[in-house]
Amino acid sequence: MGRYWRTLRRFWGTAVAVQLEYQANVLIELLAVAMSLSGSLFLLSLFYGPQQTLGDWSWAQALMVQGLYTVFDGMATTWLRPNLGAIVTHVREGTLDFVLLKPIDSQFWLSLRTLSPAGLPEIGLGLGLLAWGSHQAGVVLTLFSFFTVLVMLLAGGLILYSLWFLIAATSIWFVKTWNATEVLRALLASGRYPLNAYPPALRLLFTLVLPVAFLTTVPAQVLLGQAAAPMLLAGCGLAALFFSAARAFWLFALRSYTSASS
Amino acid sequence: MRIFGLNRRIIRVLLGTQYAHMLEYRAEIALWALSGVLPFIMLSVWSGSDARLGLGLDGVALDRYFLSAFLVRQFSVVWVVYDFEEDALQGRLSPYLLQPLHPLWRYVAAHLGEQLTRLPFAALIAAVFFAVQPQAFWQPSVGGFLLAWLATWMAFAIAFLFQSLLAALCFWSEKASALERLQFIPFLFLSGLLAPLTAFPPAVRAWAQWTPFPYLIDFPARVLAGQPVDLMAGFGAQLAWIAVLLPLLLLLWRAGVRRYSAMGA
Repeated sequence: MGRYWRTLRRFWGTAVAVQLEYQANVLIELLAVAMSLSGSLFLLSLFYGPQQTLGDWSWAQALMVQGLYTVFDGMATTWLRPNLGAIVTHVREGTLDFVLLKPIDSQFWLSLRTLSPAGLPEIGLGLGLLAWGSHQAGVVLTLFSFFTVLVMLLAGGLILYSLWFLIAATSIWFVKTWNATEVLRALLASGRYPLNAYPPALRLLFTLVLPVAFLTTVPAQVLLGQAAAPMLLAGCGLAALFFSAARAFWLFALRSYTSASS
Repeated sequence: MRIFGLNRRIIRVLLGTQYAHMLEYRAEIALWALSGVLPFIMLSVWSGSDARLGLGLDGVALDRYFLSAFLVRQFSVVWVVYDFEEDALQGRLSPYLLQPLHPLWRYVAAHLGEQLTRLPFAALIAAVFFAVQPQAFWQPSVGGFLLAWLATWMAFAIAFLFQSLLAALCFWSEKASALERLQFIPFLFLSGLLAPLTAFPPAVRAWAQWTPFPYLIDFPARVLAGQPVDLMAGFGAQLAWIAVLLPLLLLLWRAGVRRYSAMGA
């Protein structure tokens, strides 16, 4: 355990040090985050016509959902895209062999090897938006609600990671799966809006098949006190389920992996 | 007659080889087609929202608008900057520059080949859409369809010229694709892909009309969906953007190539 922890600190320390060499990138990234967040808010404002609701969610409550979406989008930029995107390259160029030979778990190595600080401002802005929306929606922050939101964020992150990893792992067979994760990203964009804004069939899809609901809508409901313990448990259960599926699938994929040279 | 090294035989060969090349990657292109589902997600949010009333589009018209937006996007996607950046970095560009054919034609042919490969997948997605929403089915008139086709093609031309302009900056810097990412954000929100322009507050709409973005999705989609639209103004604006971008691109390209050879020497 201690060895994994030390390795992680080395990995991220070097990743951050490398990124800090390119200061212009940080500026471009900040600009992109600011632009896309203001665009999202503008788009959201279009839905709030005379009735001032979107699927029974008020403006402030919808802001909480947008905030959570922004947090997860930032998480994808910081953590998932740089790491899991590299799996395809490893398979194509045969460097996955080196990873498998290392005296450390291969899924751990592939999932946490690097970190891109570019997404951190997005996470920060998303949390800020979540806090502001909650404040406007009259949420009273207690230690308990803070804790539950933290748990929901972790569960959501784990679900997102597992989905992404499942698709990335298929590159063992198909080599080119970069585009499959593009499809996933397009579908995840549905998490920008509360689940109630969608027709019933899609609601079912986004809860059970592609659990986007557990990333944004459910945590917001938990904060608002609209969702009870069962939803919280369902989220955690789903996260555990998806993670073990990803783990099992990786071990299965490795069994059919023949290195690039053989 | 040659235009930047292009004649009929070369056109045939270029399109033929690029189409064959793209057919090899059919699965990948199918996934790309599928990743364009955003307009459908937005359609489902818009149809359930009260703000729909302010759009001047009711049920069926809204369905048709977003399906048209999806189709227009499918046939005006441009990715030249990514290919160009890779070619420039890996040195493949140098032999292209020696040939009597302007290298940009090669990318144009690749895009056209990809659009042809994409056609059946886009048609399939549209068919599924009509199966789910049969009441939205419509058949544009021949004239309307041709006009929409022309508008989509012009949208593709604007997008291609604009992105090539950014790609030409590769001659000076490696940040071309970062710039492309930056311009993609206003494109997303102002083009009509996520919301019809009629949903915008009048001031924002008036301002957006001065950017090239509405002519990339909103205008062609409106023509295709058979909605009332000012054809003269729309095509005029598209032509104007092409007239601005084309000479700019040629100038920048020429300056860039001069600098590029200087770099190699």
